[in-house]
Amino acid sequence: MQAFEYAKPATLKEAFGLLGAQWGEADLLAGGTDLLSLMKDYIHKPKRVVSLTGVKELKGIKSSSDGLHIGAMVTLEELLGNAQVRKEYLSLVQAARGVTSPQIRAMGTVGGDLCQRPRCWYFRNGFGLLAREGDGKELVPNGENRYHAILGNSGPAKFVSASSLGPALIALGAKLTIASGSGNRNVDADKFFLTPNDPASREVDLKPNEILTEIVVPPAAGTKNATYEVRQKEALDWPLATASVALKTSGSTVSSAKVVLGHVAPTPWNSAEAAQALVGKPLNESTAKAAAEAALAGATPLSQNRYKIQLAKVAVKRALLAAAGKA
Amino acid sequence: MPSKYDWPAAEKRSLIGKRINRLDGLAKSTGRAKYSYDTNRPGGLTAKLLTSPYAHARVTKIDTGEAERLAGVRAIRVMSPVGTEVQWQGYEIAAVAADTEEIARDAVRKIQVEYEVLPHLVKEEDLSKAGNRTKPSGENTQGNPDQGFSQADVIHEGFYGANVITHCCLEPHGQVAEWDGDNCTVYASTQAVGSIGRELGKVLAADPATANVKPSNVRVITQYMGGGFGSKFSPDRWGIVCAQLARQAGKPVKLMLDRDQELLMAGARPSHFAKVKVGAKKDGTLVAWESESWTTGGMSGAGAAPIPYVIEIPNRKTRNIAVSTNTGPARAWRAPNHPQAAVLTMCPLTDLAAKLNMDPLELFLKNVSLSPRGDVYRAELLKAAELMDWKAKYHAPGKGGNGYLKRGVGLSIHTWGGRGHDSECRLIINPDGSVQAQLGSQDLGTGTRTVIGIVAAETLGLPLSGVQVQIGDSNYPPSGGSGGSTTVGGVSASTRRASVKALDKLLEAVAPGMGTTADKLVAVDGRIQVQGDPSKSLTWKAACAKLGTKAISETGRQPARDEGNLGDSGVGGAQMAEVEVDTETGIVTMRKMVAVQDCGLIIDLKTAESQCYGACIMGIGSALYEEKIYDQQTGRMLNADMEFYKLGGIGDVGEIVVHMMTRDYDQRGVIGLGEPPVISPPAAISNAVFNALGVRIPTIPITPDKVLAALEKGGMA
Ligand SMILES: Cc1cc2nc3c(=O)[nH]c(=O)nc-3n(C[C@H](O)[C@H](O)[C@H](O)COP(=O)(O)OP(=O)(O)OC[C@H]3O[C@@H](n4cnc5c(N)ncnc54)[C@H](O)[C@@H]3O)c2cc1C
Repeated sequence: MQAFEYAKPATLKEAFGLLGAQWGEADLLAGGTDLLSLMKDYIHKPKRVVSLTGVKELKGIKSSSDGLHIGAMVTLEELLGNAQVRKEYLSLVQAARGVTSPQIRAMGTVGGDLCQRPRCWYFRNGFGLLAREGDGKELVPNGENRYHAILGNSGPAKFVSASSLGPALIALGAKLTIASGSGNRNVDADKFFLTPNDPASREVDLKPNEILTEIVVPPAAGTKNATYEVRQKEALDWPLATASVALKTSGSTVSSAKVVLGHVAPTPWNSAEAAQALVGKPLNESTAKAAAEAALAGATPLSQNRYKIQLAKVAVKRALLAAAGKA
Repeated sequence: MPSKYDWPAAEKRSLIGKRINRLDGLAKSTGRAKYSYDTNRPGGLTAKLLTSPYAHARVTKIDTGEAERLAGVRAIRVMSPVGTEVQWQGYEIAAVAADTEEIARDAVRKIQVEYEVLPHLVKEEDLSKAGNRTKPSGENTQGNPDQGFSQADVIHEGFYGANVITHCCLEPHGQVAEWDGDNCTVYASTQAVGSIGRELGKVLAADPATANVKPSNVRVITQYMGGGFGSKFSPDRWGIVCAQLARQAGKPVKLMLDRDQELLMAGARPSHFAKVKVGAKKDGTLVAWESESWTTGGMSGAGAAPIPYVIEIPNRKTRNIAVSTNTGPARAWRAPNHPQAAVLTMCPLTDLAAKLNMDPLELFLKNVSLSPRGDVYRAELLKAAELMDWKAKYHAPGKGGNGYLKRGVGLSIHTWGGRGHDSECRLIINPDGSVQAQLGSQDLGTGTRTVIGIVAAETLGLPLSGVQVQIGDSNYPPSGGSGGSTTVGGVSASTRRASVKALDKLLEAVAPGMGTTADKLVAVDGRIQVQGDPSKSLTWKAACAKLGTKAISETGRQPARDEGNLGDSGVGGAQMAEVEVDTETGIVTMRKMVAVQDCGLIIDLKTAESQCYGACIMGIGSALYEEKIYDQQTGRMLNADMEFYKLGGIGDVGEIVVHMMTRDYDQRGVIGLGEPPVISPPAAISNAVFNALGVRIPTIPITPDKVLAALEKGGMA
């Protein structure tokens, strides 16, 4: 990796002063499980690395009336170890467990999971976020795109969002707190993920001088939720498709639904169509299937990844049935 | 003719054939074992390589000036001067040795190289796109294929294949080189302690900077090594440059490949694809075979899968085409060409059985007589069937259950040679009772050290702890490289002979004092005693003390005419796999693998079984996950990492049941085992998936996209 200056502030305030105005000046270091790989591959070459490990404000999980406040520096293991999370937010538990490496779960943080960069292998091999050759030719459409996006891929971004927690948090209606020297702002988890149109922008709504500080998950209040991952192997592996769902029911019918797919689009994919297909209906195998069909109706596969449509449908169906306790 | 060197009879063995823990297990599991990668010499430098980002290019300019000026840089070597035609991504361009790894990496990036980019080919599965990169590579006809097919009642035709994979050695290639005058010591991660030093020495002698170096000046040390699988037999360009950098800098230099370099250039298993046609009589008797195959081994040669494999179908015609691609060159991969041959043979035979409405087990039992060891295969197949509960689990293809999860079973058989290589063992018995067995051999993790200890201890009537095994150093007597599963046969024989000879010497020395002659004495339970009369005995220590000041040092050799027949060549094995396929996702889950294997006389049952477990795990990886994924647009390998170059973990391999054929096989002596059990898994697993689904996934790895595509094509999705 390129040599850099290392800073370890003790407070957020101190941290803000160390961040840059442009991407590339400074990078935040949380667990480092992604950042270090990016730096070793010279994809990120920050002049300064600002570690958040000393910032106490970013740690811990607190319960309050407006929901569960998860500090950005909470590790995936800590998240899994929290009794309330385990009791009420099955979808988060299943998403975090999907990171099947104990080492990565011990180091990796919730904030880092949401802000991690795409794993697109063209990006990681130095062809830029939008995977282009020197002459500007897009590499993904005629290249190796078996793991790329099948939804939301009409623009130049063809990678998939890597975060598994993102879809779960969106389905649960979480809000993110983003702080900078000039104050805090709140963003719906659903609005946090962006599809970039130029290689210099980011996939999340963050400016170079901002820090994601907290994730607030509203009270579960009986919301049935689950995540299902389609993954090829048990050992550490990226899911081929995931779905996180959250359902409210009245009697035996679904009164509201959220269905959010992961690893199928440049952002987590919140499918209003799937939700619509469920509301007012009982949840069973056939309505779950119908929701899955609705979620993928608009899919636009690339040359090698049509199979992911089927996998995403299965993820939606199985997540719904799991949430309803029918799997 | 019986000989005193012969292996002891079954009832007399105290160690041989038992389950014995490996001697270095504790050192390895506690991290005390030092691999080449762990070797840090005082004042040592770290070297890093600059490699080509292009698959095919000509070097037009190299400027090392800026790198040389970087503080901490001690030596730079250009490995591919201007004009060099680079034939694959990862090809070595230059190397830098510096005070730290960080400086070396920075310096590598400061070397400016310009290339003229040339056209490349990096994919070969679709032969129609290979253009002028193909050339015939072997054609063979036996019997009369046309006539054979005309006699067939059923003919099956299909396409099958295995893609290029890599070795994925846990410890990458590399070494530490240290000079003392004109002597160079190399701590190398190698499978050939005895030969890479000489090879390296020859290259150095041809270099003006090291012209005084004789091949014998290079000493190689490998105490522990983290896997080679056939890819670590050469000093390699990085080994040569490492020694040169060390010489130039006047300091020890460590150069280990990075993981991406390891995957890119340090070893690939050739692909092999084939269109196969095979015919049988109604009763399953195989009568004819025809195949058109193609393969790539990168730019340097190609694979040559021996097909049809094991079963020598009487009328057959094979034609093979080699495709040269701009990808990292092929190296021997554990049982070179055989896993591919098993896929290209056992899969079509299983499909043919389906056409015949036959259980493939029946088809194989019927035809194994067409192999050189029909009876062995019959016994092994029946044993495997029993352990798999094949009769209960087998069903017609596609009848694997009514739900979306379908189960299936499949089988494959394999063969290998494994005759012991040339080996010399020096066995030393010291007056203090200590014993050393010295061989210039190496333990790749296969248990070589332990096997040598067992043979020596057994022969000398000592516990295993009574023998110090000294290997992994080219200063010890020469023993062959560990390839072709030849090590266990070689070192067991030489150690046995050396031990018998040394013991003879000891018995001669103590016999007079015991009032008897050497031929009446035996060594058992740590004592030297008169045969049949335990009351007349000496402890081992007391016996050795009689040597006075002079140690016994005896050499045993393999081969050695007139010194017993201690080994053989040729083994068989049968494997069965049980899988569960999720037909909604195309994901294949391993349920069970049964590996039945013969390898003659087994020295250590535990490390032998361990080879089979490891082989099954490795084979499962290649069947389901592994693939070198290249992008034809850029010529780059996109998954030169351990993230998308996928390997299975403990949760992915299912239950593995190993059964070693023993007793009746002992008389053949010791035969190699490292490679054969890795041959069958992909074929057996592919056949199990076929049994579950009723459709064939033509190529390995069997990934979800292929499974779903095959189900769709078969009208089942
Ligand atoms: C083989 C493999 C498989 C994996 N599988 C999965 C999976 O299935 N699902 C999944 O979700 N993840 C998966 N991961 C990714 C893993 O979960 C992430 O690497 C981890 O969560 C990142 O957290 P971190 O704290 O280490 O982040 P870091 O590496 O420290 O940071 C990652 C990025 O986020 C930025 N960042 C970190 N914290 C903040 C903050 N508070 N505010 C603003 N920016 C911040 C950093 O600057 C950096 O750009 C996998 C990783 C590997 C290697």
